[in-house]
Parts: sequence; structure tokens; C-alpha cells
Amino acid sequence: MMTLKVNGREHQVDADPDTPLLYVLRDDIKLNAAKFGCGLGQCGACTVIVDGKAVLSCVTPMILLEGKQVTTLEGLGTIAEPAPIQRAFMEEQAAQCGYCIAGMMMRAQALLQRNSKPTDEQIRAELEPHLCRCGTHMRILRAVRRAARLMDTAEASPAAKGSIQ
Amino acid sequence: MNAPVILDRRRVLAGSGALIVSFSITGALAQQQDAPAAAPPPSPPGSLKTSPYLDSWIRIDGNGGITVFTGKAEIGQGFKTAFQQIAAEELDVPFASLKVVTADTKLTANEGYTSGSNSAKDSGTAIQNAAAQVRALLIAEAATRLDLPVENLRTENGAVVAPDGRRLSYGELVAADMLHVQAQPKSKLKDPATFKVMGQSIPRVDIPAKVTGGAAYVQDMRLPGMVHARIVRPPSYGAQLTECDTSAVEKLPGVVKIVRDGNFLAVVAEKEFQAIKAMNVLATAAKWKVAASLPKQDDLFKVLTALPSQDTTIFERSNPAAAGQKTIEATYTRPYQAHGSIGPSCAVAQWIDGAMTVWTHTQGVYPDRQGIAEMLRVPPASVRLIHVEGSGCYGHNGADDAAADAALIARALPGRPVRVQWMREQEHAWEPFGPAMVTKLKASLDSNGKIADWHFDVWSNTHSMRPGGAGSMLAAQHMAQPFALPAPKPLPLPEGGGDRNAIPFYNFPSARVVHHFIPAMPLRISAMRALGAYHNVFSIESFMDELAALAGADPVEFRLKHLDDSRGRDVIEKAAQGFGWKTSQKPPENRGYGFAFARYKNLAAYCAVASEVEVNRETGRPRLVRAVAAVDSGQVINPDGLTNQIEGAIVQSMSWTLYESVTFDDTGITSVDWQTYPILRFNSVPESIQVHIINRPGQPFLGSGETGQGPAAASIANAIANATGKRLRNLPLTRKRIKDAIDA
Repeated sequence: MMTLKVNGREHQVDADPDTPLLYVLRDDIKLNAAKFGCGLGQCGACTVIVDGKAVLSCVTPMILLEGKQVTTLEGLGTIAEPAPIQRAFMEEQAAQCGYCIAGMMMRAQALLQRNSKPTDEQIRAELEPHLCRCGTHMRILRAVRRAARLMDTAEASPAAKGSIQ
Repeated sequence: MNAPVILDRRRVLAGSGALIVSFSITGALAQQQDAPAAAPPPSPPGSLKTSPYLDSWIRIDGNGGITVFTGKAEIGQGFKTAFQQIAAEELDVPFASLKVVTADTKLTANEGYTSGSNSAKDSGTAIQNAAAQVRALLIAEAATRLDLPVENLRTENGAVVAPDGRRLSYGELVAADMLHVQAQPKSKLKDPATFKVMGQSIPRVDIPAKVTGGAAYVQDMRLPGMVHARIVRPPSYGAQLTECDTSAVEKLPGVVKIVRDGNFLAVVAEKEFQAIKAMNVLATAAKWKVAASLPKQDDLFKVLTALPSQDTTIFERSNPAAAGQKTIEATYTRPYQAHGSIGPSCAVAQWIDGAMTVWTHTQGVYPDRQGIAEMLRVPPASVRLIHVEGSGCYGHNGADDAAADAALIARALPGRPVRVQWMREQEHAWEPFGPAMVTKLKASLDSNGKIADWHFDVWSNTHSMRPGGAGSMLAAQHMAQPFALPAPKPLPLPEGGGDRNAIPFYNFPSARVVHHFIPAMPLRISAMRALGAYHNVFSIESFMDELAALAGADPVEFRLKHLDDSRGRDVIEKAAQGFGWKTSQKPPENRGYGFAFARYKNLAAYCAVASEVEVNRETGRPRLVRAVAAVDSGQVINPDGLTNQIEGAIVQSMSWTLYESVTFDDTGITSVDWQTYPILRFNSVPESIQVHIINRPGQPFLGSGETGQGPAAASIANAIANATGKRLRNLPLTRKRIKDAIDA
């Protein structure tokens, strides 16, 4: 039994220590956003944020996460109260099938938290580990730029959401 | 349910019990009453032809709740939103007041496969006409109740409104079985000029859940008591399981069951990662007899064209007056290419009291139901397939196989829902690929620089091995009593398969097109987005540029010179104009401009793509800088949805065209992940893609999912030729091939 802190809540997880975080999130904690894409760290569909950094959850054993803060897309906001990055992806209609999108959003979120005004080159370089097969890339790039603007505005407001540890 | 009221003229004239109802309904629905009595009744449009009852498409409950049913599957194209728009428009109700139910063998019409860019044409047209006819029925009912002529009534916000302000809501008006009537051949459709919902870029209904971690995919299903299964596939096609000591696996934590049936091997565990660990141990325990059965990859096209083929001349036109002066010929090839879904295929199945339910991201719930029923040797009625979204498939990927896997395993665990997801390497190695193809072209120019004669030969496998029968599904092929793979068939024209878009859309005085259909399939293949049109359009449009160069003509002008179709011309002109195409243009150093056009299947949407490509002469690396497309897809339902489809088509086609090729050795597939089957990443994404839509109000829906694949490929190839002065004819146009061509 191990304690895992996900989206600000502590979870007691009964899984083998070598279990990749992805399966703990999906199977034990019943979260949907992080997706199984390759299990090899090649596609980015499983990306979550750990202590502010984007991490490939399919190749990160649970044992390495003791005492760390894990954030998934669910931890950013909801349909009713979307975080800036979620609003941005909705407003840009930045999905086709959408299977890769949660992972993209988490890496973009991590980028925007450390660099609120990334250049287009920086966004592209950051998203390099991520694959999208539908060809939604142009919209994804637009959505990340829009999210940067929204987060900038949100920071001015005390009710700002979307920035996490 | 009561017997349906069938609105045919004979029954009305014969004076059956339904006389009054029929008269009033017929009057309400029919646009034209002047058809001669002896003529056979024309069939209603779209999928109403095969599922004519209005309540197969639209149901209204007593509270006014409206549900729209489609037999098509949402696979990321966004049609669920588009269909909701169509229904809301023709029913005159707010967009948000409707609910759309997609493919489910218990609930929706049998619309076969969601394929061929046919969803809007088949299902969208059916919903549009059904909604219009439902609205007419409701108005007729209100007219009777209010004792007013139909002409005096209008609809608004889910109610029929009289001139004096009296309102009858749809919920009040609808009576039991009132919508259980067959559709009339013609509907009183709204004037497109009055559209309020159709033609608007309404945000997609599925995106909010997808960007907030909602349960959006079959992969996200968690049923009570659900267990997780993984398959151990053979190491290669046709391998035989000779030995498998399962004792070590049985002792592993969480393992519930090992299912073995001939060469089908799977393990079930309580938790997902337990199933994966057990799969790995089981894979080590399994001993297989492997046969070397694949051709040498380097010889692939020689092998393919040497295989026995069934040759059909699918088009022939001869005008001896047209005399060719200069002749060129060229051969183009396309390797096997993968659908490469980001999410490996998945399904959930449950077997309860002899009835099987499968939740699946198949594109065809009804054909899959038939296959799974046959595999399980149960009547189709005891199998229900429910479509739940998966990762984008772009054709026949592993979805149907995963559904069969789940069903076969679930039968061994009665009562328990079983979730199966494939591993990455299984998806890459076992999905049915887009077939390899060879085209040989030969054409002559006359003394005016116009094409005088045109010869096109295409060699290809079929482009659909989709289920119907069990034999198309891996699980059924691998069982101890296996089902044989059905004999492949060429897909019939006018849509075609390997010969899709093989017949030129241009006007050539003499032309001959031969389809060499190859029945033998060295690799597992099936339908992939655009089928043969991807390679045929790549070939035709590359060759058009080769001929334009021979004629010393501008590629856009050269195309227009050979095209009468006015909608085609409009699309070409729009793309050229949007791109800033000029006849005497000179691209910057190391850059090239390319152009291509096609009408998908020669009968669906029109698409032209202009592109600018940069080539690094040192490395050969190509980069699509920008693309400008124009598309005419008939009446536009959702402009942003259409734009999204075309943008995606260009980006995906660019990836196929520049990078992608399935690799194999003599026993099996060796491109088994994203390292061995690279696709585009963000560093190759163009700077901009513009899509110009030519809307055709009131014209039939032409679909949009596949129209961009071929034009995008040829446009990029033409831009590379323009940048380097070298013509590349073998897909993919890799960095190495470009470098070799530059150095040659």
C-alpha cells in the first residue's frame, strides 16, 4: 500500500511498486484523461504533471512518486469551470478524435507555468514528444497560444484557476 | 408496436382503414402530386432508402424530448454535432434541445459502415429529410386540431404556432406511432437562405468531455466487476502455437483466466497492469512455429505486379482525331501504410445468459455483429454491438478485431465484463494496412500542348477486407476451428477500391484505364482513408505536372485547360487565388510551389491544394511551409468542422507522403512502434494551413473526410519537384530519396 497524491487528494493505492503511474491513475484512481498510447514513452498520450514537470506516466513506476504531487487533466478544471488551457482547447475546437489531447494539454500546461509567453518555436519544441494522428496540430498550436493569453489575463484576477504546483 | 402505416398510393386508393390519416399525411409530406400513377414510386433519399421509417431517425416523446438516431459512428469527424444541427434546423428546434444516438444494433438503423466520406450523404440526408417530414406531420396534426389550413401554420422553437398565437408543442402533438410511417420520396426542405443552425460553426458536442477528462472513449469504460484482458498474438501471420505451459502464468497475482483456442491466446486479470505482466510471461511460455511467407521488401513492387491479376478496362474513350506528338511515361508506387491510431484498439464485452454485448469503436456495428455472431455460433439477434468512440481510426484498423477478441474472451467468463486493449506493437503489426499500389502512366501531348491520349494502369489488392463474416476477424482466424478469410473482391465502381479515382476527371480525347486487381495479399490489408484514391490522385496529379512541364505550361492553367466541370474549376481557381499563385512565379531559393486537384471518387467533394515546400539541399529534408486548400462539399453543415477535416487531411497526408512505410522481413512486420514507423512530429508541422470553403446552399452533402488525402500528397510532391527539379515517384518522398535525387 502506497500513498499517492493526485490532484490535491491523497490516495491509498494497492498495486505493485513497479506499476506504471498510468495504470494507477486509470485503474485504481479511476481517472480518464491520461491515455495508454504506446507504453514506450514515444507518443505522449499518457502525459501528466509531477511537481510541475510533464512526465510520461506510462514509463514512470509508481514507486518513484512517493511524496510527489501528481496532476492530471481532471485536476485543472471541469466542464462547468474549465481552466484556461481547457477553455482555450474548447474555443479553438482543437481536437478531432481527441485521444492525444489530454497529454498535449498537460505538457503545454507545464510549459506555460514556467514560461507564460512562449514563442511558437518553444511551443513546437515542447510538444515534440507528442503525436497526433488526426492532424489537428495547427489547432493545438493555436490553442496553446490562446491558453497563454488566457492565463495571462487570469493571473490578474484573484479567482484565477489553472495554475498548479 | 402497432403495424406501420404505409403511405403508398395503392393503399390510399384502395380505401384501407388508414385512408384519412394517409390522405392528410400524404398531403402534408408530398411536394409533388403530379407523378403518373403507373410509375414506380421513387425511393426516399439517403439512408431512408434502406431504413424508411421516420421513427428510425427521429423520435419525440410526450414531453417534447427529441432524439435523433444515426447508424453511423462518430470517429472524430464531428458528425454527431453536424447531424444535431441538421435535425435542429429542419425540425425548427433549438440545437441544444436534441440528443443524438449513434450506431447501436439495438437502437439505430443499419447503415453499414461509416466509411467513404458517406456519413453526411447517407445519414445526414436521411436525418434532414426525416426531420422535414416529421415537422410536416406535426404541422398537419396541428392543422387538424386547430381546424386551420396547413399554410397558415408555422413552426418555432419546438411548437406549431397559429396566426392567433395559439401554440401546440411537438410533445403535445405527437401521438403513439405517429412517426412510425415510411418516408415520402420528397420532402419540403427549408430554404437554405433561412437556415439558422445549419451553416454555423457550432462547437462540437464531444470536445468539452475530451478536454476535461470525462469518460469519452471505449477505453474509459469501467463496468462493475470488469476484468482486463490482453492477447498474446502469434509472432507472425500464420504462425502455429505448438506448445504453451501456462502454469507459471496461472500463479501470477490477479490472473483470472487463460483463454486458449487454437492459436488464439489471451490472459485475463483483475487489474490492467496485472494483465500486461501476465501477457508478457505468457508470451515467453508460448512456442510458435513460424513460416517465412512474406516477399522481400526491396522486391515488393516486382512481386506485386508479377502476381496473378484480374484485369478490367474500367474506362475507354478513343478519338482518333487527337494526335499525340510527344509522349512520356512514368511509374509511381505506394508502400503499405498504417492507420496508426494513437490509442491501440479496445473493446469491452459481456456474456450474460447466452447474449453478448460488445462496446466497440468499430465503424460498422451491424457487419461486426454478423461476424461476431458467426464466430460464436449464435444467432445475430443475441449479439448487440454498441459504438463507443475510440482513438481516430481512419479506416479499418484493429477495432473490429478487438471487438471479436473481447467477445471470444468474455464468453469464457460468463457474466463478467471484459475489457481488452491491444498493445502498441500489436496495433502496428496486426492492423490491416493500406495496400501497396503501383500505377503506370503514359500520355501524349498534341501540337497545341494539350493531352491527346492518356493510359493509366493500376495494380492493387482490394481495399476492403472488413468484416461481414467472421473470417475477417483475427480471433476467428486463430481459433482451433478457424474461419477462413473470405475471398477478396474488388470494390465496385463508381466508388471503386484500388481503382478509386483511377479514371481521370479531366477531359482527354482518348483515354484508357485498366484496373489490375490482385487477389493474393502478402500482407494483411484493408480500407484506409481514401482507399486507392490517395495513390491514384498522387499519380495522376504528379503526372499532370510532368505533362505541364513538357508542354511548358503553368500547372494550374494546364489543369483548367483540361477541365470543363465548373465546380471543379471554381475550386482550382479559389485555391490558386488564396495561395497567390501566379503563372510566372518564382519561389525563393530551395523552395517550390505545388498544386493538385481531385474530385473525390469523381462524384463527391472537390478539393484543390496549393503548397509551398522547402527542401534542405544538404540533407534532402523536405518541409511543408504552408498549404492553401479550397473545398466544395456541397451544402456546408458546419464550416469549422469542414475546415478541421481538410486541415487534418493535409497534415495526415503530408505525414503519409513524406515519412510512412510499413517495413517487414520474410516472416513478419518489423515496423512495430513509433520509432520503427515514424510519423510527423511538431517540428514538421507547417507554418500555416488555410482552407477556403465554397458553400453550395441547397446542394447535396458531398462529405469531406477523405477528399483532401490525394490532392495534398500530389501538391507536396509537385512542390518538391518544383524546388529540386527532380521528380520523385515512389512514396514516401523521404529525406534520403530526395537527397539521392538531388545528388544523382
